[in-house]
Amino acid sequence: MSAVDKAVPRRRGRRTDPVFYLFLLPTLAMFTLAITLPAAMGVFFSFTNSIGFGDFDMVGVTNYVAMATDPAILGSYGFTMGFALVTVLAVNVIALLLAIGLTSRISAKNALRAVFVIPMVISGIIIAFVFNFLFSNSVPALGAALGIDSLRDSILANADTAWIGIVIVTAWQAIPSTLLIYIAGLLAIPGEVYEAGALDGASGWKQLKSITLPLVAGYIVINTIIGFKNFLNSYDIIVGLTNGGPGTSTRSIAMTIFSGFTGGDYAYQMANATIFFLIAVAIALVQLRITRGKAAV
Amino acid sequence: MADTALVTPTLSDAPTPGGAGRDADAPTRRRRGRVGQERPNRLVTVLLALASLTVLVPIYVTVTMALKTSAQAVDGNAFSLPAPLDLTNFAAAWRLTDFPRAFAISTLVTAATVIGTVVLASMASYAISRNWDRKLFRYSFFYLLAAMFLPFPVVALSQIKLTGLVGLDNPGGVAVLHIMFQLSFSMLLFTAFLRSLPEELEESARLDGASTWQVFWRLVFPLLAPMSATVGIFAFLASWNDFAMPSLITADPSLQTLPVLQQIFQTQFSNDYNVAFASYLMAMAPAIVVYLVTQRWVMAGVTQGAIK
Repeated sequence: MSAVDKAVPRRRGRRTDPVFYLFLLPTLAMFTLAITLPAAMGVFFSFTNSIGFGDFDMVGVTNYVAMATDPAILGSYGFTMGFALVTVLAVNVIALLLAIGLTSRISAKNALRAVFVIPMVISGIIIAFVFNFLFSNSVPALGAALGIDSLRDSILANADTAWIGIVIVTAWQAIPSTLLIYIAGLLAIPGEVYEAGALDGASGWKQLKSITLPLVAGYIVINTIIGFKNFLNSYDIIVGLTNGGPGTSTRSIAMTIFSGFTGGDYAYQMANATIFFLIAVAIALVQLRITRGKAAV
Repeated sequence: MADTALVTPTLSDAPTPGGAGRDADAPTRRRRGRVGQERPNRLVTVLLALASLTVLVPIYVTVTMALKTSAQAVDGNAFSLPAPLDLTNFAAAWRLTDFPRAFAISTLVTAATVIGTVVLASMASYAISRNWDRKLFRYSFFYLLAAMFLPFPVVALSQIKLTGLVGLDNPGGVAVLHIMFQLSFSMLLFTAFLRSLPEELEESARLDGASTWQVFWRLVFPLLAPMSATVGIFAFLASWNDFAMPSLITADPSLQTLPVLQQIFQTQFSNDYNVAFASYLMAMAPAIVVYLVTQRWVMAGVTQGAIK
């Protein structure tokens, strides 16, 4: 559009209206106090032995060293990373299939789309309570009625299967936004591409593999990164389903960090938060690289 | 929905979501079906309808459970229809959780978040996009945008401490933090839209003697309305549905929002599933209603904010 003319410096040599500072600076100040300062505080306290109040000493990297061999920390990272990987895979496969279905010639297209988006607007903790009831009461009752032994016990009560429940509910809630991005990606493919493909005899599976998938590859990458990043933060749904249990088998990183507030290991969890921050930064850099690359196309 | 089509092509300085932001319903892009297949595909329609049950069944269970008697609620069949209908569950949940108070607090926090996000983000975006040649404004943009990559758990412990120190360990503090976490996503949408607005409009208003303040509030802000709708709805959903932040920041349990209330009362509901589900339903209904009314902005917002 007019991006090129806009790039011409139009205000050079002209004084900036002071009102513009009024528009920006209060927000900038609030943001610094509410986000930047706490982030900096976190890094600082991670090098102390503070318990959240009173005196404290600088202890260097003691907290970080302790973290490296702490089974509670390593367990939460292992669980969260594994859960995020499985969920991101499930969400993307299901969302892409749904998006292909929802962009093909079907009846009641708008109604179906509207239904599939609903999970996005429901509070995570509340839907987790609903599913908690289904997993703990309804599914076992169904399993007993149908004589399926493996369903008789709640999957949430078993340390080996509880994570499956968390994956299901997290995916349930995350599919809509992923789906909408795929729909946008599929709609951006010009119809001519498919017409040309059809002339060459591409249809069905071949059309999907040779035309659709390569053309939405960029969207798959973006959805994967966004999803993985979001799932690493998982908290609400886990609180509503297992609260980290049975035992500590489903404790996420966020849950472990928040425990620093009540658990007395304030500075220690600050170190945990700092490591988590570095992971977030690394993912952000990967994401920026990829989206930048795409923007240049 | 021409409004959304304006956005993408001009988003040159900010990272683009890989061409996302295209209008999902633009008529020119509509024909995407398999070639030579004019009639709706029955099989795909049926498969999708079946898949939609995964969304509808949990909602069906929530509604029907909320309408069952205590005896029927514990009979183990979650999928039966309520017989007889029991509307007293809502009254019971209303009294038990002191629903009106939590509803009022949730509404206030959400309203403050929506208004604060739209006003602060649009003003800051306007200042930034009209002074892009100034370092302060340009760097501020990237500084504010960086928060998009900052997970709440990283800053949570310090925020709990700080809000406690300054007397904001209450719904007011939650609203402030909600606004701050919505800023980056909202500014991304606003700045993209502002770059596409023709400069001439503002110039002619200036020639008529309007100040920057007047130009923004009387001319630019009304033009931003479609973006403000999207930004506002996402601020609404984020704030209304949030659990982690209010549960950690607000010290007084009697000042908690609706999602946190469900967790506080989870043990008291015990086996009164019907009352619990009535309570869940009352907490989630407003968001579903808002979504049904504003679908097109919700759907457009996701694709535009794909970078998030």
